[in-house]
Amino acid sequence: MQVLFFYLVALVTVISGVIVVAAKSPVNSALALVNTFFCLAVFYVMLSAPFMAAIQIMVYAGAIMVLILFVIMLLNMGVEPFKKFTHVTWGVVAGSLVLMLTLFFISRGQPTKVVGAITRDVILKEGHTELIGKSLFVNFLLPFEITSILLLVAIIGAVILAKKEV
Amino acid sequence: MITVNHYLVLSAILFALGTFGVLTRRNAIVIFMCIELMLNAVNLSFIALSHHLGNLDGQIFVFFVMTVAAAEAAVGLALMITFFRNRESIEVDDISMLKW
Repeated sequence: MQVLFFYLVALVTVISGVIVVAAKSPVNSALALVNTFFCLAVFYVMLSAPFMAAIQIMVYAGAIMVLILFVIMLLNMGVEPFKKFTHVTWGVVAGSLVLMLTLFFISRGQPTKVVGAITRDVILKEGHTELIGKSLFVNFLLPFEITSILLLVAIIGAVILAKKEV
Repeated sequence: MITVNHYLVLSAILFALGTFGVLTRRNAIVIFMCIELMLNAVNLSFIALSHHLGNLDGQIFVFFVMTVAAAEAAVGLALMITFFRNRESIEVDDISMLKW
């Protein structure tokens, strides 16, 4: 049952990914991408990472996709027909090369046993958000602070770039 | 029984799709969305391996990837708006001012 559910959601994910790449209008592409994000959130729940699923939906599907859709609507393109694809042969070659290489390494590797302390039972007992917060603010405090500086710089850069006189 | 290999194969397929899109599409915003697709494929394999190994570090990395994606979205879309204002187009073939 669980495997069947996995394959069903995986099928929807891959089809949405194909639509993201192949859709004619950027708006359709964006909506398919939102669908992909939701399917990935389902996978995160299946992998007992509910906090990640929540921020996947809130940050990606909520914030980033709204920004992208806003810009698509603002630029109002898709009025004139333009050629969709270019260099398809090289794209197919490079894409299948990436796929074959990754599948080759996945098939070669042998996954180890569970080595860490965070099993499903621990997550259910302590709560995923608590564990993430503890790890983030104890072990990864410096990267977290650097991230805030990165976001500040990105905000300032976006404001300066989007001003009228550039 | 779903093993970690299922998730890794799915992640590989999504990543290859994103690569294909980045290399073949002409619309800059669609290329941008294909990059988001690749980032999400990597996030999926991070979380699958983190679940499999019983270690939370992969999920912290997903957190940082999302932050970088948000910053990238802000700056990239501002660049596209500026470019569209100057050239009336966001096709990557027109972005050739720095071509040698």
